[in-house]
Parts: sequence; C-alpha cells; structure tokens
Amino acid sequence: MTGTGNIVTRLPFPTAARRELGDEQLRRNLRKATHTIRDKRLRVVGEVSDWEQLRVAGAAIKDDVQARLPSLLEQFEAAATAAGATVHWARDAEEACAVVADLVRATGTAEVVKVKSMATQEIGLNEALEAVGINAVETDLAELIVQLADDTPSHILVPAIHYNRTQIRDIFASRMADVDATTLTDDPPALAEAARRHLRSRFLSTKVGISGANFAIAATGTLAVVESEGNGRMCLTLPETLISVVGIEKLLPTFADLEVFLQLLPRSSTGERMNPYTSLWTGVTPGDGPQTVHIVLVDNGRTDTLADPVGRQALRCIRCSACLNVCPVYERVGGHAYGSVYPGPIGAILSPQMSGEGANRTLPYASTLCGACFDACPVRIDIPQVLVHLRQSGVDAARSRPSAERTAMRTMSYVMRDRRRYAAALRAARRGAAPLRLAAGGRGTLRRLPWPLSAWTSTRDAPLPPKQTFREWWAREHSS
Amino acid sequence: MSTRPDARTEILRRVRAAMPTAPVPVPRDYASDDGPPGAEVVDLLVDRLEDYKATVRRCTAADLPATVGALLADVPSLVLPPGVPSSWSSSFAGSRAIDGDPAPLTVTALDAPGVAVVTGCAVAVAQTGTIILDAGPDQGRRLLTLVPDHHVCVVRVDQVVERLPAALRRLADPTRPLTMISGPSATSDIELNRVEGVHGPRRLEVVVVD
Ligand code: SF4
Repeated sequence: MTGTGNIVTRLPFPTAARRELGDEQLRRNLRKATHTIRDKRLRVVGEVSDWEQLRVAGAAIKDDVQARLPSLLEQFEAAATAAGATVHWARDAEEACAVVADLVRATGTAEVVKVKSMATQEIGLNEALEAVGINAVETDLAELIVQLADDTPSHILVPAIHYNRTQIRDIFASRMADVDATTLTDDPPALAEAARRHLRSRFLSTKVGISGANFAIAATGTLAVVESEGNGRMCLTLPETLISVVGIEKLLPTFADLEVFLQLLPRSSTGERMNPYTSLWTGVTPGDGPQTVHIVLVDNGRTDTLADPVGRQALRCIRCSACLNVCPVYERVGGHAYGSVYPGPIGAILSPQMSGEGANRTLPYASTLCGACFDACPVRIDIPQVLVHLRQSGVDAARSRPSAERTAMRTMSYVMRDRRRYAAALRAARRGAAPLRLAAGGRGTLRRLPWPLSAWTSTRDAPLPPKQTFREWWAREHSS
Repeated sequence: MSTRPDARTEILRRVRAAMPTAPVPVPRDYASDDGPPGAEVVDLLVDRLEDYKATVRRCTAADLPATVGALLADVPSLVLPPGVPSSWSSSFAGSRAIDGDPAPLTVTALDAPGVAVVTGCAVAVAQTGTIILDAGPDQGRRLLTLVPDHHVCVVRVDQVVERLPAALRRLADPTRPLTMISGPSATSDIELNRVEGVHGPRRLEVVVVD
C-alpha cells in the first residue's frame, strides 16, 4: 500500500535544490566527504578479485527473495516466534509507529535508546514517540549530531555529512549539557570521546532499545545490525526490551546468504574491509541480552514498489549509500534537497515509488543519468533504467506537458534500455563534444547533443560529456 | 501478544498479488573455498588487525600465560567468562572475577575503571581482520566483551580462515548471539574518516597462539 512518513517530499526538487545550492559551506563539506569515501571505496573494492561475482550473487539473492517473499515472510515469522520473539505487522508509517509506541508504553518507561535505522527514520518514529511523551535518544554519533542540532539527516550512512568537524564541535559545545565548552576542540577523537561520555550512563540504565535491521534471516528468524561505534551493541545487548523495525524486503533466505552481503556492504558503505561491529541475534537468549524481543515488519509502500516489474529492483537496496557518494547531483545539492530520508540516486527511485504521489514526481528528474550509481551499486540496481521508467510514467500521467518531452523520454528510454546502445550514444556524444567544448564556452553545459541524445537537449541543457565515462574508466582500471 | 491479523493478512495478500516470477537461480561462483590455512593466512590476519589499530602479539601455547600477563601489566582487575582456561591468566597478579561464579557480573562492575576481559573466539577471518564470537563458554555473554574498555582476545591459528564464507560455515549454531569484531570501536561520522574509540572497548589486543 502507499507509503507514508518521511519519504514524502514537500518541495519540488528544483525548488529545494536551488535553495541548497546557495550554501557554499555545504557544498565544500559534501565535496570533501564524498571524495574521501569514493577513494576509499575504490581502493577496498579493487582488492577483491571476485567483486563482480559477489554483486551478481547479491542481486540474484535479492530477486529470489522478492519472488518468494510470501513464504519467506511466514517462515521468518514462525522461526522468530519459536525463538521467543513477538512479530508484529504494520501497513504504513502510522501503524508502525502506533505498534512501537504501545509496546514502549507497556514497559512503563519514558526514554528509549536507538540504534541508527533507516526504517525508523522513514516512519518518523522519534516524532511519534515524542507526541506520546517518550524521549527517543539517538546513539549513533552522526544521528546524535543531527538530533542535537535540531536538523534532519542528509545522507543514509552519515546523516551529518553536511557538517564539518568545526561545526560539529560548535554543536556539541552549545547543546551537550555535560561537555566543557571551553576545552572541547574539533579534533575528531576528542569529539568521539565527548559522545562516549554523553551517552554512557544512558546505555547502562535505559530499559528499552529500538533498532532496525540490515538483514533478517527467514530460515532462522535471526536479525543482523551492521555498525561501527558499538552504540548498536549497547542498544541490542543491555536493555531489557528490544524492539526492531524491519522493512519486509530485508529478508534473506538463509544464514549462509550473509556470506555475500557482509562482504558487499562494508566495502560499499564506509569503504572498509569490514565494519568494526556486526551483531546477530535470534529471538531471546536466556541470560544474555534483552529478554523481551519484538519485531515489527513494515510494508509502507514496499508492496506497491514490488508490483512494478521495472521499479521493484529498488527493493534490492541494502542502504550502503555508495550511489549517493558517486552522484554528481548529490554532491552539489546534498541530501536535504530530496526531501525524503532516502536521498540521492536511490531516493530518486525509491521515494516516489513508495509514496506514490505529490512533489516526489520531480525526483526522477534529479539525475544526469550518468550511470555512476549503477556501477557503484553492490546489488546492481540499474538506477538510470528505473529513473527513465519513472519519468516515462510521470509523463504519461501528466498529459499537459509539452509533447517534445514525451518524445525525449521515449527516445531516452529506448537508448537506455540497452546498455550497449547507451554506451554508444555517450561515446558519440563525447566525440561530438570536442568542438562543442569551444561552443559551450565557460558554461560547461550543452544546449544541443548529437542524435539520439538530441531529443534530450530539446528541453534541457546537458553537461559536457567527460573525456571518458565512468564505465570505461572502471573497465580499464579493473582489466589490468 | 498484539499481532494484528488484519495488517498481516493484508500485507501478505498484497505481496502475493505483486509476486514477480518463479524462483531466481543464484550463481555462487564467488570465492569461498579456503585451502588449508597456511602461514600466509595468519600473517594476513595479523596485518589486517593491525591496520585497524588492534594490538597483536604472537606466541606459542607455552608462552601464552606470560604474553597475556604482559598485556595486563597495568590492569587492576580482570573479568573472565566461565570457560576460559585458568592457565591463560595464571601470571596475572590483580583481582579476578568469573562471570556466573557465583553470580552473573553486574553492568556496574563491568563498567568500573581499569577492568579488562580475556576471552577466546569462535573463528577469525584473515581477509577482513574479523574475529567472530559466538557466546561459547570461553567467550561468554555479549556484555562481557562490550562494557569493559579493554578486551584481550586469544585466537588459535587453527581458528583462522581466509574468507568470510568459510568462517560462517564453521559456526556451530548461527542462532546463538554472534558478534563480529573488526578492530576497536570506531566511527566514520566525522568527514567520513575512521576515528577509533567510541562506545565499545577502546583497547583491543589479540594474541595469536601457534
Ligand atoms: S541503491 Fe545500491 S548503491 Fe545505492 S544505497 Fe542502495 S545498495 Fe547502495
């Protein structure tokens, strides 16, 4: 069913993007961070000789899960229940929030500790808990920064990517009651130490933990959380009650499937061979960890997405954020312009599909279709293909638009449906670009491209094609 | 308790209605087989652990007590899971407490300044510098390796495999609580660079026993 919560854009992308583009500091911060992570990711991915085989296996496992989702969901529910967990189901954000709020209220506590989780951000859980008098404490460093600054996340993995160290220091100095503002420096280890001291007593005393899950194993009822700081381990181990909010697409058939995803995820997300901590738990273990365990399975627009044969590949996403980090549009406008907890290329295809209507219709246009996101995606989601598909359906839905655009869409979708056609068109455009560089002058954009891409520039400017495409560069780097 | 049959029924109905196709075959031609773990695999593990700022010591079984003792030289009190052989910490001079003997250790006791914990492990992955704990008797409850600020982990060379797939297959029971550890607690949240030392143990010391 149609998804609700923090995936529904309030402003059309062009309006929001223009606002964000005015912020020089934001663009400098984003540029620095995305370039750092790009280099790290390329280095650690280059180390893995079977990377392509892992990507292919990862995509196939996720497609297999989609094909068998009803029985896998029932299998997961039965296994988790047998292991001592209680499984709940929620159709949309409101229902999921109500289930969690009821569960927390039943414990009689007014404060919960939270592990960073996209699902809980998506459903707007913190706001819903606050409305019933429950304080949700974010414990991930970046989430804590965002929460202290009264801001919203701008990146899937690093919600505070738009702040540099000096800004983080200033937020801590002014908003953390227990920090000595006169001595706190912007040295990253000092900032990490401040966060450790700020949260320690809460970890040790709070009765309810709330998490998401990166993976849910159907055969065993096991959940997995992949993290860095140890705040996840704290929230998953020390509270008496643990509530995990899990999208129905997070399932994997068997425990052995983790051997693929635990190789793909860390290298794609933080550019590390392995993240510092991964926790796996199955229901309740007597004497070890929370003795009351709840799992809330959430639809919130996922079944709508699943019903679209082209668009459903977006549900393979493991939220690594590699597509954000390589995206030239994201690098310039940042996450807030997308108006959803899922920004960047994946957000441009996921948010409109999950939420259906409204300003999200402009999101599939938030891309140059350069293809870098597909090359980076560990589960081979062909984001440009889905973008073109969604633009096409958007155009079909809005008959009032100029027909030149419809033609452009059809041509682009013809060119992009086939990778060879797309690569050839880009090469042709590049050959054509050498003399055009002069014509473009300092603009760096082209008013007209050679056919078949000319259909595209009849309604918009196109960037000058680079001397080599990312695909070509990648192919060369990886053949040596 | 409050399983809501209406939401469950409706979601399952919608998933069935949207259901794509027949099962998808999964090609698994990625690397998964380890040779017999040779000396280079252990060297690789050491290299990868050190890359993530863990301290590594190598020793023979006979030298293990002395090696552990040296790592704990500045430690006033030690906690141990019930199944750690007493010989491992036989040259440690401070006070020691065993979890569950007679009672489970409290969070407050584990959080006291200067507490270190010594454990074994289930398996270690050389390629990623990862140690996997499966709550076995020499590893204990999860909070034992989380709350103390100093973790000494003993890894036998026969527990080292090259890649993750082989490691996961070695686990006796995947439904036990599992913790995978790759270096000390760290964050990448400040300008996307790794900074060590947040909520988990800030000192991770690994003893590889030949
Ligand atoms: S779409 Fe692919 S690259 Fe982007 S976050 Fe999801 S898994 Fe990662």
